[in-house]
Amino acid sequence: MWWELILKLLLVFISGGLLCVLAEILIIKTTLTPAKILVIFLIAGIVLETFGIYKPLLNIFNAGVSVPIVGFGAGLAEGAIKYATEYGFIGAFAGGLLNTAFGVGVAVVVSYIITLIFSPKTKK
Amino acid sequence: MKNSEQTKRRNERYNEYVKSITPLSSTLKSLFHAFLIGGTICILGQLIAETYHFFLPDLDLKMVASYTSSTLITLAIILTGLGWYDIIARAGGAGAFLPITGFANAMSSASMEFKTEGLIFGTSVKLFSVVGPVVVNGIVWSTIAGLVRLLWSVIF
Repeated sequence: MWWELILKLLLVFISGGLLCVLAEILIIKTTLTPAKILVIFLIAGIVLETFGIYKPLLNIFNAGVSVPIVGFGAGLAEGAIKYATEYGFIGAFAGGLLNTAFGVGVAVVVSYIITLIFSPKTKK
Repeated sequence: MKNSEQTKRRNERYNEYVKSITPLSSTLKSLFHAFLIGGTICILGQLIAETYHFFLPDLDLKMVASYTSSTLITLAIILTGLGWYDIIARAGGAGAFLPITGFANAMSSASMEFKTEGLIFGTSVKLFSVVGPVVVNGIVWSTIAGLVRLLWSVIF
């Protein structure tokens, strides 16, 4: 039981860490900006989900692939595909947002509240 | 024309110089830090998910995932407000911005930075200024994904 959890966490750590190393290599070796790298990994997640490769990876690596932005992309694609098959053509346009609405909604509202409470720290 | 060529040549020389004085160990060090911080954030996500799964066993796995990412996002935004996420980001590089916490940090730091310009024209306008590309590309490409799979199911 405990061994299973430790093995799971080890796989999470290694896979999540390696994805970040890949992004760091892109930063060091190319002139890509962080925003572009985020978009590349996001689209990678969407492509993986579209061709059904993401789910098997998620079963092995769990949070190691779902916490990086790849997981966000896969969630978008999953929603778009689900709603497209359910509601037809128009569903593809709404599905992505509907499926990831929790994260985006929380991010916007909490950002707003935190902005009201804190003022930006001056850079030292 | 001549001027721009000079600038270009100077930039090339400068880039070569920077490359020659940058020690290899600093590259390896930053890769190691990215691995460590990125992996740790992912482990934190897994532990949060396991906790929700343990205490709320009736919750289906999709809701557990939503709760987990919402929790990570909230934590990251609070840390951004306190100015602590900056420290993690400086140490971790890609390890701090690739996880969903980096997305939350980019959004909230842009929102806080423009607080001085007002809540409507500052915060509300700039909230998506950094993460906008991610949201826009996410919507566009996921729509394409949905349409591709729909087409696929119609053809086969």
